[in-house]
Amino acid sequence: MAESILPPRTVGTPLPRKEDARFVTGRGRYTGDLKLPGMLHAAAVRSPYAHARIVSIDASAALAVEGVVGFFSARELAGKVRPFPEPAIRDLNPRIHALIDLEIKSQAMEPLPTERVLWVGEPVAYVVAEDPSVAEDAAELVAVDYDPLPAVATVEDALAEGAPLVHPELGSNVQQTWGAASGDVDAAIARAPHVLDVRLTMGRMAANAMEPRGLLADYDAGRGELRIWSTVIRPHLLREIVSEMLDMPTDSVRCMGPDIGGSFGSGMFHEEAMIPFLARELGRPVRWIEDRQENLLNTRHCRDQQHDVTVGFDDDGVILGLRDSFRADFGAHNHYAITVSYNVASHFRGPFKIDDFAIDCTGVLTNKAPVAPVRGAGRPEAAFVMDRVVDLIADELGIDPIDVRRRNLLRPEEMPHEMGIPYRDTKTIVYDRSDFPAQLEAALDLVDLQHWRGRQAEQRETPWRIGIGVSSLIEGSGVGPHEGAIVRVDDAGAVSVVTGAQPHGQGLETTLAQVVADQLCVDPEIVTVRPTDTAAIQHGVGTFASRSAVTAGNAVAAAAAKLREKIVAVAGAVLEVDPNDLEVVDGRVQVKGSPQSGLTLTEVAHAARPGPGCRVPAGMAPGLEEQHYYVPPTVTWASGTQVAVVEVDVETGFVKLLDYASVDDCGQMLNPMIVRGQIHGGIVHGIGNAMFEEARYDEDGQFLTSTYMDYLMPTAADVPDIKVGHQAHHSELNPLGVKGVGEGGAVSPPAAIANAVVDALRPLRVRIDRVPIRPEDVLAAIRQAEA
Amino acid sequence: MASLGASQVVRMLVNGTPAERPVQARTTLADFLRDDLDLTGTHIGCGHGVCGACTVLLDGETVRSCLLLAVQADGHEITTVEGLAGEDGALHVAQRAFSEEHGLQCGFCTPGLLMTTAELLGDDVRLSRPEIRERISGHLCRCTGYQNIVNAVESAIALHREGAVGG
Repeated sequence: MAESILPPRTVGTPLPRKEDARFVTGRGRYTGDLKLPGMLHAAAVRSPYAHARIVSIDASAALAVEGVVGFFSARELAGKVRPFPEPAIRDLNPRIHALIDLEIKSQAMEPLPTERVLWVGEPVAYVVAEDPSVAEDAAELVAVDYDPLPAVATVEDALAEGAPLVHPELGSNVQQTWGAASGDVDAAIARAPHVLDVRLTMGRMAANAMEPRGLLADYDAGRGELRIWSTVIRPHLLREIVSEMLDMPTDSVRCMGPDIGGSFGSGMFHEEAMIPFLARELGRPVRWIEDRQENLLNTRHCRDQQHDVTVGFDDDGVILGLRDSFRADFGAHNHYAITVSYNVASHFRGPFKIDDFAIDCTGVLTNKAPVAPVRGAGRPEAAFVMDRVVDLIADELGIDPIDVRRRNLLRPEEMPHEMGIPYRDTKTIVYDRSDFPAQLEAALDLVDLQHWRGRQAEQRETPWRIGIGVSSLIEGSGVGPHEGAIVRVDDAGAVSVVTGAQPHGQGLETTLAQVVADQLCVDPEIVTVRPTDTAAIQHGVGTFASRSAVTAGNAVAAAAAKLREKIVAVAGAVLEVDPNDLEVVDGRVQVKGSPQSGLTLTEVAHAARPGPGCRVPAGMAPGLEEQHYYVPPTVTWASGTQVAVVEVDVETGFVKLLDYASVDDCGQMLNPMIVRGQIHGGIVHGIGNAMFEEARYDEDGQFLTSTYMDYLMPTAADVPDIKVGHQAHHSELNPLGVKGVGEGGAVSPPAAIANAVVDALRPLRVRIDRVPIRPEDVLAAIRQAEA
Repeated sequence: MASLGASQVVRMLVNGTPAERPVQARTTLADFLRDDLDLTGTHIGCGHGVCGACTVLLDGETVRSCLLLAVQADGHEITTVEGLAGEDGALHVAQRAFSEEHGLQCGFCTPGLLMTTAELLGDDVRLSRPEIRERISGHLCRCTGYQNIVNAVESAIALHREGAVGG
C-alpha cells in the first residue's frame, strides 16, 4: 500500500520545543542523573604513555581500599569478552572496493589491551566501587609497570622507513588507501596555462559535547537480560556490539536513550562493552561517567588531515583540473572504515564544476586517540582545502576571489548534476536541485559586502585590517541504510512515536511530532516522541550524519500516513460510511463537510482493540499502530554558503570576527527555528575549528590539551551574531522534500575565516595553510610574507 | 590505603528548604546537591570550573558548585535550577525566555546559564548585546552558538523590567 503523504500544516512553522519544559526546570534525566538501588561506580585506569608494553599490573593496593568491590584488567576478563566487532568495515557495500580501488585493513580492538597500550588515555583496567570517589582513588592506586616504546605521533613519522608499528600484524601503519576520479585530470592539468601546488593541513579537534560520556548497565540474572542507558547515540548498534561481545541473544540486551547532552559525533569506546560486562559479572548495576580530562584525551577526536593539491586553471581562474592527495591521521584505530575519509572525496568539489578531478587517500595509524566522525566528518576538511585553493587561484591571477568563485560555480541549469564519482553507498553522486550562484549572492547581500569593502579600504593603513572570506558547502545527508518508526494511537487518544533515531539535543521530539501531527491531522500537542528503546522497535540506526530529518522524518511520515488511512477505515466500519467520504480534522474522524458527525480518536482506538468487538476491516491488523522503515535511495544534497568578516590586528595577530552570514538550502524545513539553531551552533563549532580548538600532542605522542585551560572552546564573547538566510529547493529524493542540516554550519567556517584573514592582509600575500589559526600563526605568516 | 576522609554535618537552605546532612570534607557542592539531595538539575560538564554548567546561586550570587566544597556552603542559602520557578510552578522569566527564544538544545549547559541570567536581573539592568555576551562568557555551550542565548537573556531582561511574574 502506498500511503499518501499530506502537505505540510505545522511542518515549516516554528513550533516551540516540547523538550524545553523539562530542561529549563532541571527535570531532564541524563545518564549521570539515573540511579538504581545497589548501584556501583566504575573508574578507568588509563595509559600515561602513547606506546608502551604492559609489564605487570598490581591492583592489590586498590583492592584493599574500603568500598572497592572489583578490579578488571585484560587478565580478569579471561576470555569472557570478545574483541570489538568492526561493523563499519563489515557493512561496506562490497562493490565499493572495486569502484575506488579500496584497500582496507581490519584492526579489531580488544576489550582491554593485553600486551601494549597504543595511546595516552587508552583504558587498561577498571576499578569498581560503592562510591565514585572511592573508585577514582583506588584507580590511582593501581600500579601498572610500563615499558615505554617508541611512538609515532604524526603521519610523517608513521610513514617513515622503519617507523614503529602501531599494529605490527598489519605490516605497516597504513590502514587504508583508495582513489576516486572523474574525467582525465592529468590531461586537464597538462593543458592548463596555470598550475599551482599547495599543501593544506587541518589540525585535530575534539567533539566536546557538554555532557561527558556515560553508561549505566543493570543485569537481571534471573532473566539473563541487560538493560543499558547511555550517551551512545546509536542504541541499536550498542545492542549489537554488546550482544556480540558478551555472547548474549540480541534481544536480551535492551538499550535505552535517556536525555543526552549533545554528541556531535559517534565513536566506539571500551566502556560500551565493559560497563555492561561489569554489571553482569558483579550482579549489580554499574554506572560510569567520564570526566572532562578523559573526554578530551579519548573521546571523539576528528579532522587531522594533510592535503597536497595540484590545480590547473585558465587565465580567468576557471578550474580545468584538480588532483588532491591526502593523508588522514586516524590515531590508533579507525572504527569507521571510509566514513570520514571518503566523505572528503564526496564533498571535495562543493558547488564547483570540476569535471576532471582525482583524489586519493592514505589513511594512517598513529599513537594518538582514535578519530571518529564528528560534525562535518570530512566535509570541513574538504571545504577548507577547496576554498583555500579557489582563493589561491585568485591570488595568483590578481582577481577578486569572489569572482573566481562565481566563474566556477555549477549553474542552476546544470542541476541536478552528476559528479562522476560514487558516494560510499556506490551510487553515483548526483547533486539535488539547488541554485549555487543565487546562494552566493544572497550570502554576500546578507553580510553587506559593499559596506565591508568600504570599511576594509578605510582601515587599510591602520593596524586593524578587515577581510572578507567566503566558503561554500554541500552536505550529503540522510544516509541509510534505513530508519524505523512506529506510530500508535493509545486508548486515551494520544499519539506515541518511537524511532531508532535517538535525539541528543536536535529537537526531534518537536520536529517529528510536527510531521506526525500533519499526517494524522491532529495537534502536535497530543503527539509524544519517545526516547529510543531497542525493546520497542526492532531496528534502528540513530541520529548522526545530518540524517534524522530525512530518514526518521520520512519514516514517521509514512507510518503516520498509513495509520491515518487505518483510522479512517476503522471509523468507516463503525459509522457504516465509505472511508473515502471521511476525513480526519483536528483529531476527529468525520464525514467530509459535516463536523457534527464522526468519532474521536479515542472512540476509534477502542473500536480497533482486538477481540470480538474489533471493527478493524479484514486484511488489517487490530490496534491503531503502524510501523514503517524508510529506506533512502541514496543521500540528499543540502548546501550552504557562508561569509566571514574579520579584523586582523597586525601587531598581535589576533583575529576578531566582525560579521558572519550563512545562506543554506536544506529543502523543506521541518521547523525553521530549529534549523536556525542548528546553523548557529554548527557555525560556532566551525569557528572553534578555525580559530581556537586543537587536540595537541607532542612529538612523543604525549597529550597537551587535557583541560579547558589548554583546549580552547569558543565562548559567547568570541563570536558575532550570525545572519541566516535560507533557500528551499525541496529534495526530490524523499516525500517530505527535506535535506539534512545538522552538520552544514560546521563545514565552512575554517575555510571562510582563513580566506578572510588572507584577504585582510592583502596586498601582503600571506599563506594561511593550516587551521586552527592562532595569533602566533598570523604573526608568523605576516613575517614570512614580508621576508 | 586511601582514607575516605572524615565527615561533618552541613546545614544549608536549598531552594528554601533546610537541608542537613553529614558530608566528607572533600565532597563538592555539586556532588552534594546531585548525590545527597537528588537535585540533578545542576550538571557537571568539566569539573574544573570552566564550562559553567554547575553554576548555582550562593546567597544570590553565582558560584561554580564543582569548585566549591559542600562544607564551604555550610550556613548559606543555595538556589539551583529546581528552585527558580515559583511555588505555583510559574516559570521564572529566565526559564520562559530561554524556551521562547530557543536558547537551548540539549539542555545540559542550560541550568548554569539560567542561574547566571537570574543573577544579572538586577532592579534596573540594562545590558547591550556585547555586554550580555561578556556576562555569559563563563559558560560553554556546544549546541546553540550562543546567539539565541543572548536573545534569551535580552528577553529575560525585558520581561523582568516589565515586572513579569517570577522576576
